[in-house]
Amino acid sequence: MNPQFLMDGLIAGAIIGLGAIGVTLTYSILRFSNFAHGELLSWGAYLALGISGALGFLAAGLKQPIGPFSFGWSLPIAAVLAIILTGLLALAVDAALFSSFRRRGSAIIIMVMASFGASLALRSLLEFFFTSKPAYFTQALQIAMKLGGGLRATPDQLAMLVVALVSVIAVHLVMTRTDIGRAMRAVSENPSLAGIAGIDVRRVIRTVWFLGAALACIAGMMSGLIIQIRPYLGHDLLLPLFAAAILGGIGSVPGAMIAGLIIGLCEAFTVQIIGAEWRSAVSFAILIAVLLVRPRGLFGKAS
Amino acid sequence: MTLDLVAYGAFFLTMALTYAIICLGLNVQWGMTGLFNVGIAAFVAVGAYTSAILTTPETPDRFGGFDLPIAIGWLGAAVVSGALSWGVGALTIRLRADYLAIATFGVAVTVQLCMLNLQPLTGGAFGIGFIPRPFAQLQADALLFSLANCGLLMLVIAGLYLGLQHVAKSPWGRVLRAIREDETAAQALGKRPIRFRLQAFTLGGAIMGLAGAAQAHFIGFIAPDNYMPILTFQVWAMLIVGGSGNNRGAIAGAILVWGLWALTAAAVSAFVPPEDQAQAAALQIVAIGVGLCLMLLLRPRGLFGEVSPLARLRNTLPLSAKE
Repeated sequence: MNPQFLMDGLIAGAIIGLGAIGVTLTYSILRFSNFAHGELLSWGAYLALGISGALGFLAAGLKQPIGPFSFGWSLPIAAVLAIILTGLLALAVDAALFSSFRRRGSAIIIMVMASFGASLALRSLLEFFFTSKPAYFTQALQIAMKLGGGLRATPDQLAMLVVALVSVIAVHLVMTRTDIGRAMRAVSENPSLAGIAGIDVRRVIRTVWFLGAALACIAGMMSGLIIQIRPYLGHDLLLPLFAAAILGGIGSVPGAMIAGLIIGLCEAFTVQIIGAEWRSAVSFAILIAVLLVRPRGLFGKAS
Repeated sequence: MTLDLVAYGAFFLTMALTYAIICLGLNVQWGMTGLFNVGIAAFVAVGAYTSAILTTPETPDRFGGFDLPIAIGWLGAAVVSGALSWGVGALTIRLRADYLAIATFGVAVTVQLCMLNLQPLTGGAFGIGFIPRPFAQLQADALLFSLANCGLLMLVIAGLYLGLQHVAKSPWGRVLRAIREDETAAQALGKRPIRFRLQAFTLGGAIMGLAGAAQAHFIGFIAPDNYMPILTFQVWAMLIVGGSGNNRGAIAGAILVWGLWALTAAAVSAFVPPEDQAQAAALQIVAIGVGLCLMLLLRPRGLFGEVSPLARLRNTLPLSAKE
């Protein structure tokens, strides 16, 4: 068997893991599964595409590829702006939709349903603005480098793996070492008690949205850079995201990342063994297995 | 001209009625029990394919083609979809509420894959054709044919409606409502919520399967494209607009939303230049999504929704007892 599937699986897994961290955070702190999270990945990718296109138009020099990479400085600059904008988008959706359900104390499942409606609207808006034709950050071709052991990777792929690793470590440090991280964990344990203890629950909720959306944007851009950008980019990743969040254990940031990598590797392995057409069924099989054997996931707390 | 209009009206109503059946099934799951199903399209598809495989004439390159009577196909559709719902429900209903939603979403993705890839069973992307249509002997007369089909579906709906109304009033339906309103209280009375929820989920899934079969036999041809996530969205919009918990609302919502959908689709194809039609169709879906959210925000019980018995009680109590 060609060991290359390990590399493909790692990259797909990093994308899934980054997205799943957002799902697991919203689930543990806002207490509902957000079906619109996939759309944040797509919006992140399209926002970065739009901004980097505009930058390239304003200053052609920014499109010149940096060193071995296929993209120019316009992309990293656009990435920072896109991360902020995706975060603002998530906050706007929360303000327009979810916050009023929270105020009313609606049932969780109503929020799930609203997120479902929001995902439909957000995705079709992308289809309206950008049509369903796939788009690319760059047209440049890249030659894969030999890494030894029969593995090959393009410089872009390696860069993305590094970005993913840095993001996960950063989020993990925020969650464990900072005040806001402690506040987030407190709210996820018990929102009313946290509120009584003087924690600003609304600030925590805003942070969760922003953090989740920022990671979603990074994951979306990674997927867009390595594969392609489509309005369905996020929707197609939604099932792996949920499967990873549940496999990792709801609320666990490292769990979500590890589970994402497991799912990515399993998908790549399936593609090798059975065939690419069954790739999307892998997350479902894993999801069912987790629900059967260990519903609280690898690192989750027993409810 | 008027005859054409009547024939078209009958055709439109028949399509709307097939959606109304799905909506009734969803109402058992969501309206009566509070179970969130995001994979409606999958259960409908399983029903449609089951019935198609059972009733189509024999085909050399595909499994099935048992050439059985249509009624058996419909029954089989309900049974297989019901069994699938039971399996999904048994796995997830005892867990957190959203796990069922996530699992049904997974079912939708997986059934879509199976339809595309299990070619010997489902015909792959090309689907299954030559599904026998009820009243095929009348096909020469378009008007009579549409009216007969429409009448048949009306009968099915009437039967389902009476049956479900009866179920809602029966002790079983009362237990379901009790569980939905206050699970702990119901448990204290010795009712096991998990078992009742699972039964309701299975019943709802079986009705969706029946609807899929009815639709397949009415159109005469099925393919994976018919069962995209948009179908799930449409049915949800229908139930939310009509009012969950109310069977009449489910039927009215289906006809209303399908009418709006068909009208806007017709308007798009008539007034929008062909190169912009894909974009206009996307806007149409944005409208459904926004509409769903607005309905949840502004009028959560829909046009004819059931008022929660607890809320009704609360409103009749004196002010001092409200808190």
